[in-house]
Amino acid sequence: MLSPLVDAVRAAAAGGGDGKARALRIAGGGSKDFYGRPTAGEPLDVRGYAGIVAYEPTELVVTARCGTPLAELEATLAASGQMLAFEPPHFGGPPDLQPPHSGGPPGPQPPYSGATATVGGMVAAGLGGPRRQAAGALRDFVLGVTILDGRGEVLSFGGQVMKNVAGYDVSRLMAGSLGTLGIILEVSLKTLPCPVMEETLQFEMPEDKAIATLNRWAGQPLPVTASAWCAGELHVRLSGAPVAVSAARERMGGVRIDADAAQRFWLSIREQSAVFFGAEDALVRPLWRLSVPSTTPAAALDRIEGARLIEWGGALRWAASGTDAATIRDVAAKAGGHATLFRAEAGLRERIGVFQPLAPAALAIHRQLKAAFDPHGIFNPGRMYAEF
Amino acid sequence: MGDPGVNIERQAQVRARLAALLPAESILFEREDTRPYECDGLSAYRQQPMLVVLPANEDEVRAVLVACHDMRVPVVPRGAGTGLSGGALPMGDGVLLSLARMKKILSLDPAARMARVQPGVRNLAISEAAAPYGLYYAPDPSSQIACTIGGNVAENSGGVHCLKYGLTVHNVARVRGLTIAGEVVEFGSEALDAAGYDLLALMIGSEGMLAVVTEVSVRLVPKPETARCIMASFDDVERAGDAVAGIIAAGIIPAGLEMMDQAATRAVEAFAHAGYDLEAKALLLCEADGNPEEVAGEIARMSEVLQRQGATAIRVSRSEAERLLFWAGRKAAFPAVGRISPDYYCMDGTIPRKRLGEMLRFIAAMEAKYGLRCPNVFHAGDGNLHPLILFDANVPDELHRTEQFAAEVLEKCIALGGTITGEHGVGIEKINQMCVQFSASELALMRGVKAAFDPDGLLNPAKNIPTLHRCAEHGGMHVRAGRLAHPELPRF
Ligand SMILES: Cc1cc2nc3c(=O)[nH]c(=O)nc-3n(C[C@H](O)[C@H](O)[C@H](O)COP(=O)(O)OP(=O)(O)OC[C@H]3O[C@@H](n4cnc5c(N)ncnc54)[C@H](O)[C@@H]3O)c2cc1C
Ligand SMILES: Cc1cc2nc3c(=O)[nH]c(=O)nc-3n(C[C@H](O)[C@H](O)[C@H](O)COP(=O)(O)OP(=O)(O)OC[C@H]3O[C@@H](n4cnc5c(N)ncnc54)[C@H](O)[C@@H]3O)c2cc1C
Repeated sequence: MLSPLVDAVRAAAAGGGDGKARALRIAGGGSKDFYGRPTAGEPLDVRGYAGIVAYEPTELVVTARCGTPLAELEATLAASGQMLAFEPPHFGGPPDLQPPHSGGPPGPQPPYSGATATVGGMVAAGLGGPRRQAAGALRDFVLGVTILDGRGEVLSFGGQVMKNVAGYDVSRLMAGSLGTLGIILEVSLKTLPCPVMEETLQFEMPEDKAIATLNRWAGQPLPVTASAWCAGELHVRLSGAPVAVSAARERMGGVRIDADAAQRFWLSIREQSAVFFGAEDALVRPLWRLSVPSTTPAAALDRIEGARLIEWGGALRWAASGTDAATIRDVAAKAGGHATLFRAEAGLRERIGVFQPLAPAALAIHRQLKAAFDPHGIFNPGRMYAEF
Repeated sequence: MGDPGVNIERQAQVRARLAALLPAESILFEREDTRPYECDGLSAYRQQPMLVVLPANEDEVRAVLVACHDMRVPVVPRGAGTGLSGGALPMGDGVLLSLARMKKILSLDPAARMARVQPGVRNLAISEAAAPYGLYYAPDPSSQIACTIGGNVAENSGGVHCLKYGLTVHNVARVRGLTIAGEVVEFGSEALDAAGYDLLALMIGSEGMLAVVTEVSVRLVPKPETARCIMASFDDVERAGDAVAGIIAAGIIPAGLEMMDQAATRAVEAFAHAGYDLEAKALLLCEADGNPEEVAGEIARMSEVLQRQGATAIRVSRSEAERLLFWAGRKAAFPAVGRISPDYYCMDGTIPRKRLGEMLRFIAAMEAKYGLRCPNVFHAGDGNLHPLILFDANVPDELHRTEQFAAEVLEKCIALGGTITGEHGVGIEKINQMCVQFSASELALMRGVKAAFDPDGLLNPAKNIPTLHRCAEHGGMHVRAGRLAHPELPRF
């Protein structure tokens, strides 16, 4: 099961007759193809290495192989009343991996069309959903990984225990590395019990007031676990013991949303199926993700035209905008954050890059790290930055 | 004067170079001035540093690093020196770089719940500064009165509340650091993430080997409205271990979940007068926090689980003072043990919680084998153990037996699927066990990580990641969880 992957990587590293290493494009479910820069290379389907290896609810740890469908992992946890607290987005994707077509990678997939996302892709993408504001990011839940590095060696870091400071924290480094450092073969994640109760409140308020209010609430012991503001409407989710939730509701006010509607609403934020994210439109009007300090005032983003959606208590600002990349990145940097070209047609992603450019010292470290993990540069070259 | 390990000529040469960069009082070289820096909290290891340098700001740190880099002088960063693995152990041919003078809180933004501090700020000082706003910094190592945030970042320190509130890595948003070449690198950001690889995660727990921390942005969290603590007695240590699993199985994540065995409670009680049940073979401390009704509910649920799991007595704190008293005992465990024995050696392995009973039986067997006593305190919720081996360094052979005892326990942690260090770091102390926990290729990759930041190997070298040569000498066989890793693959 593992040996075909090891063989493929060693063969790619050794190269063809010309002795030049061949690039590989690590392919999970293909659900997040839209994310990151397009990358050339032979697809290496890692979905065959699948399955939940160990799960013990009382240890709060699950270990799964990379090809395990994310949906399967979540269902297994749910059966024991637990969850991945960072609420990873699945994002839809074609059910079967097909050979790449000639004109570059496909455009954005219709959101949440199928359960194709894999555990490996989830870790490599490192994305979190609405609950991230309260529970932490994917990387906060990574306890250990087994990877296949660019020499074709199987390496393990971290483990299945909550606390581990032996050696450098290579496991968390894999989160969000977009498959550029190595193939994630297996990952151990901390799980948490599902909340006993959840309730969603709705408020009408302008953007600035929403930002101030969310920050004020975050400074108080209130069980807020998700928030989303768009077009004058603020939704806030409370989770926890019924007494805590009802006490918070009384303090905060707002209108309570029916449970089913609330669940659909948060799913539409997590999976970006809400009207705001309009996948079709992203081809015309790129979708930018601005990660900024939560108190950043609305006016700080005035130079970016177009509609906005706010999540994570103010720390995440989505902008569907035609403003030029340099301006958007400058706005994000001045606010103390960074901007990602989250969804756009491939040509644009290729041309202007997806992620905020790195400072020279940081870029040098990135390249050295890449070389340490993948000395022949075979894994997803250019997927994160053109330079490596 | 002329101590082994320090070359006087080299010392004079480096001192002359640094004297041009820093005020004279910031450079220590006389033996009586450098003596306090000879060891950290792991006092069994000592070394006179060539020089001690105490910069007052980032510019001075940069100047020292650039000069040392240029002269190929190794640099060992140091915070408060409370580390328990020899991470800040100086080098006879190196500069000990103390960040203790850089102790300003640069800003504290209650709206953004963020404090920006210099590396020498003490852990507790941050929570004190945040208290007027109803906020605090969550990781609370028992050494929090003394240890610095720079040291916390370097060790990824935890505390008794980290099961629910996380370790340093979960509570630090941003670190600003200088590489050995003097280049500024920003790790993370005051947003919830940053572009590129997660270098912040790599930096946290890197034991001062990748960059010198010069500024840290920490997240502050609102103080819970109220907290209460249960003290539960058990007449059997393993039953107490099962009760820990029982609480988690009930879907509860307590704010704190700690365990002490009888030897530890007896040592602590004599010191802290916390009102511990001295007849119990094991005590559990379980805390709930939140709004008063929620806390009452959780205390009731936890009490029920504990009762069902065979607790022989249950006490719930009736006041904030009593709650703090329960914790004061636990937090004073190390100094308390220090009073009943001339010396003690603190271990720090982590194991899957379900193996706790097995581990305790193993430790009891080791006590008999080596003729040394070993009280135990645990961060039970996290499976992180602190067995404390009692010894007397003046008795011939006791230190040696202690080290063998400790090595066996650490290797047992690995065999049980755990790790040799949960929060105190590898430092110099557990470097041989790294050869057991990791394969040659894994160690080689970690050396690659180090080289990405410090190609010349000048920043705190000789700690944390052993050389292959060292592993060959130790002769440790790399075995994980009782089996060779990936037996299906060919060995090379
Ligand atoms: C129908 C179809 C047509 C396609 N056409 C093209 C094309 O024309 N041009 C083109 O460039 N691409 C094309 N692709 C995409 C490509 O084949 C891969 O699917 C893609 O590059 C790899 O990741 P993913 O999006 O499938 O992984 P996801 O599961 O979405 O994962 C996201 C990220 O994680 C990485 N990843 C996934 N699993 C692991 C793991 N175990 N370890 C480390 N990293 C991992 C991926 O490389 C990717 O960076 C097509 C895909 C499909 C399904
Ligand atoms: C009584 C006692 C109780 C303790 N309880 C706990 C506990 O509950 N939990 C826990 O996790 N630990 C505990 N410790 C261990 C210790 O306090 C922590 O490891 C602490 O984080 C060390 O901080 P320090 O400032 O003393 O660092 P030091 O001991 O000075 O240094 C530790 C490491 O950090 C590096 N370093 C220090 N400052 C910097 C910097 N600015 N930049 C780069 N590297 C730097 C050093 O090189 C060294 O490798 C305890 C120690 C004692 C003595």
